[in-house]
Amino acid sequence: MDFFDRFAVPHPSPAIYASMVAIGLTVVAIIAGLTYFKKWGYLWREWLTTVDHKRIGIMYLISALLMLFRGGVDAIMMRAQLAVPENGLLDAQHYNEVFTTHGLVMIIFMAMPFVIAFMNFVVPLQIGARDVAFPRLNALSFWLFFMGAMLLNISFVIGGSPDSGWTSYFPLAGNEFSESVGTNYYMFALQISGLGTMITGINFITTILKMRAPGMTLMKMPMFTWSTLVTNVIIVFAFPVLTVALLMGTMDRLFATNFFTTANGGMDMLWANLFWVWGHPEVYILILPAFGIYSEVISTFARRNLYGYKSMVGSMVIISLLSFLVWTHHFFTMGQGALTNSIFSITTMAIAVPTGVKIFNWLFTLWKGKIEFTVPMLYSIGFIPIFTIGGVTGVMLGMSAADYQYHNTMFLVAHFHMVILPGVVFAMLAGLTYYWPKMFGFKLNERIGKWAFWFISINTLVTFMPMFISGLDGQARRMYTYSESTGFGIWNMISFIGAIGLAIGFALIVYNVYYSIRYSPRNIGSDPWDARSLEWATHSPVPEYNFAQVPHVNSSEAFWDSKKNGHVLYKGELEKIHMPNNSGMPFIMACIFFLWGFAFIFAMWTTVIITTIGIFACLAHRSFEQDHGRYISVREIEETEKKLRGA
Amino acid sequence: MKELFPAKQVMGFVFSMILTVTALSVYFLEMSFTVGITILLVTAFIQAGLQLVVFMHAGETKDKGAIYTNVYYGLIIALATVFGTLLTMIWGYQIP
Repeated sequence: MDFFDRFAVPHPSPAIYASMVAIGLTVVAIIAGLTYFKKWGYLWREWLTTVDHKRIGIMYLISALLMLFRGGVDAIMMRAQLAVPENGLLDAQHYNEVFTTHGLVMIIFMAMPFVIAFMNFVVPLQIGARDVAFPRLNALSFWLFFMGAMLLNISFVIGGSPDSGWTSYFPLAGNEFSESVGTNYYMFALQISGLGTMITGINFITTILKMRAPGMTLMKMPMFTWSTLVTNVIIVFAFPVLTVALLMGTMDRLFATNFFTTANGGMDMLWANLFWVWGHPEVYILILPAFGIYSEVISTFARRNLYGYKSMVGSMVIISLLSFLVWTHHFFTMGQGALTNSIFSITTMAIAVPTGVKIFNWLFTLWKGKIEFTVPMLYSIGFIPIFTIGGVTGVMLGMSAADYQYHNTMFLVAHFHMVILPGVVFAMLAGLTYYWPKMFGFKLNERIGKWAFWFISINTLVTFMPMFISGLDGQARRMYTYSESTGFGIWNMISFIGAIGLAIGFALIVYNVYYSIRYSPRNIGSDPWDARSLEWATHSPVPEYNFAQVPHVNSSEAFWDSKKNGHVLYKGELEKIHMPNNSGMPFIMACIFFLWGFAFIFAMWTTVIITTIGIFACLAHRSFEQDHGRYISVREIEETEKKLRGA
Repeated sequence: MKELFPAKQVMGFVFSMILTVTALSVYFLEMSFTVGITILLVTAFIQAGLQLVVFMHAGETKDKGAIYTNVYYGLIIALATVFGTLLTMIWGYQIP
């Protein structure tokens, strides 16, 4: 039984045993359900092997929502533990694992796929393309991300979760202080999903540079496409740093190298440095697409073209460069002198300038607009004041001298939640509501959506405002309990109440999806919001080939021009359309990657060797495969178009 | 005859060989660490540029703009990261 001992959880608790049972039952239920309803073939043909950017986008979306739920449960557990002083709900070890996985799941496995879901679904439609440049690679990206996420998610029932924070600083994350396999999970889950993200980056840069509709010059691209382009450039330049840092950390843990150790010439601070060289651009990878979505939503519902198009683009390009110049502000207190800290303080504050330009552009777009307060618009407007609170406290943290007071307190935690919630989560919910009709052919209910918006935005404030106060009073982050005499109790209790309110808000969104599937009208046409860019020029739901004819473009709002100014989008006759074939290889390869990572985590070397050979076999298979895609005939297109127009 | 003989490529090849030999000399000749590492860095960057332009045809298609923008952007980021790390981890680090 020695072999199986390694899979035991080092710090078991009833909650973990209950989760094991729950996971087991869910897996059985899914397998039984698929078999009973005879859906295996459907699942394989339509989803597991698909290379269609729209379906991949929807799969990203579903994964992101599942992970939002999982990370949300972690958050509720933490808030419940801290709600009263000397609470015994979670022990220290369990609390460490919960805050680590909360951070990882929310950033890497919720926010990233949410953002990439919209990139996948929207960008090819916005530029009038049939798919991304490399559809097969796109499927591989998704499955690698998905397997990375699953790898992290099984950690708490097999072998123990990572417990050294989402930043996983060495030497704490080294073998000496983190003996369980938890940090190995961290290394491989991030490595595998990071590989997927890197491939996405290359894929989308190529797509946007090479596959735009005729007439769409770079400066006539819709703003979301611009933000995607800039984001993917950042991905391509930032992720290699994470890859290398993770590799060095893995080597330290599995092969006894000394990159980040405190002895033998190792440099533990180098991990923190490399982590944030990736980590700060990562923040902008999340927020720029969110800004793109706000730009689309605000100009649609203010019924005006976006104010200051060129300055929007310019500020994003400047943000992308500056985002690589500020990383040291994440560890001002860790030993640099005043000169170094001042330099990074200044670059940090400089980023506020292009960000401010964007905020003012949105405000000027609203100015004299005919504003319509739909759910996506509410999120976009609610974003501005809440984000400003987060931004202003960010400038406070950015002053290196003052940072010695705020560093590693709940003040910091409040700041980054006040930025990420309105900056990313609100944008994703706005995007979800806005693009839902394009994805599924019906709108989400507006009334329930507004209730959800008010619950989420008010409770964001209720949850995180008290943390500013308790943080200034000295409550450190990642403390699993505190004594009554500290006086933190009341603030944490308010915070807990807010967290429950947030949970209700998200539950309302889930209910809204259910309600709308049942009752929402289906006859809303292809342009329910009276929108402006090309993705609304095709049918909803979108046919496989996106556009029957390639649209012609001469402004950044070609669809609006075609509706109001007599611009002709489609010229010429229908022609047969060349489409890529589906393939099971990306899924199979990602499954092998999953086993590969798992084998590494538990140091099972035979399996490592076999799966490595398997990965190379997949690569070789692709190299020698003959696959020229297929054509959709004109007759088929005509039939589809007729059916969609009739509906 | 001029069209048939790939003068640019041959010269590029010769030049890249010279760069390689120069870099290799660091191993065989006696010199201080600073001089050695300077030679290695300079030859490495010239070599990389040479390969990109002459043998990987960076400037020969209509994607010229995108390719060079990418290369320069990468160069700026790499230099900023390396020197920033030196500044943070060594030059500006005060705890021994």
